[in-house]
Amino acid sequence: MNNLIQVISILAAAIAVSFGAIGPALGEGRAVAAAMDALARQPESAGTISRTLFVGLAMIETMAIYCLVIALLVLFANPFIK
Amino acid sequence: MGEITPDERVYWTWQFVRINATIVYTWATMAFLVLGSWLITRKLSTGPELSRWQNFLEVIVDYTRKQIQEISQQKPDRYLAFIGTLFVFIAVSNALAIVPGYVPPTASLSTTAALAICVLVAVPVFGITRVGLGAYLRNYIRPNPVMLPFNIVGELSRTLALAVRLFGNVMSGVFVVGIVLSLAGLLVPIPLMALDLLTGAVQAYIFTVLAMVFIGATLADASPQSPNQQQGTS
Repeated sequence: MNNLIQVISILAAAIAVSFGAIGPALGEGRAVAAAMDALARQPESAGTISRTLFVGLAMIETMAIYCLVIALLVLFANPFIK
Repeated sequence: MGEITPDERVYWTWQFVRINATIVYTWATMAFLVLGSWLITRKLSTGPELSRWQNFLEVIVDYTRKQIQEISQQKPDRYLAFIGTLFVFIAVSNALAIVPGYVPPTASLSTTAALAICVLVAVPVFGITRVGLGAYLRNYIRPNPVMLPFNIVGELSRTLALAVRLFGNVMSGVFVVGIVLSLAGLLVPIPLMALDLLTGAVQAYIFTVLAMVFIGATLADASPQSPNQQQGTS
């Protein structure tokens, strides 16, 4: 029984990381593309654009980090495995 | 493997006092920063001849001031101490991760949660002292009173996100290097460690910029002040 829990935990971690990476990757791609577009149009406001881009990317990336933390918790600090 | 946070590595226990790796390396980082700053600022010069390290510190301070000025449209002096300390501490503890045996204290959720709570407390402190209690509280019912619960939840969840983001990035970096090191030995983890340095610097920047954005958002009412004048020396 304990063995089953371990197998399912590893599966759950893999699923969490894989699906958790898809959304933020698409979102970050769109954000960077939009920032590049804005930079090409208005190179003089590069400072503001890149700062806002960094902050926005951090916000998007948080979702991926949540999934990673969940996966690591499941793998290394699983409450159901004694 | 198996230890997910440096909190679990306990060096010394006395009744309920436990000295773990996080505490030791936090104090080591602070001692490093204080000693380094003291050594550099011992003999400052105002003339054209600068020592190399004084120039280095001046670049950091000047750049931090400029960023604060740009983000908040306020005079940077009030926020420089808090924001600068956050940046320097996080950046140095992330960068020291390449020293063998050093565990970055930011790889522990306790440290990052403490830093995020500092930001949570600093936002109302700076806001109230700058614009007054009434104007600060009015931020919560903006754009209209229906948004009150969302604003409160938002304030808490962004604090959680601030802590978990820094922790997740640094901890996963340490973890990946450890895993690769256990699979393949010499020289193979070096590119990953270089990536780790980059991530550490970017995360330090993001943490401080977000802290300043949160503080600056409550100051929107305050009258924009004129850009501060460059004073004599720097």
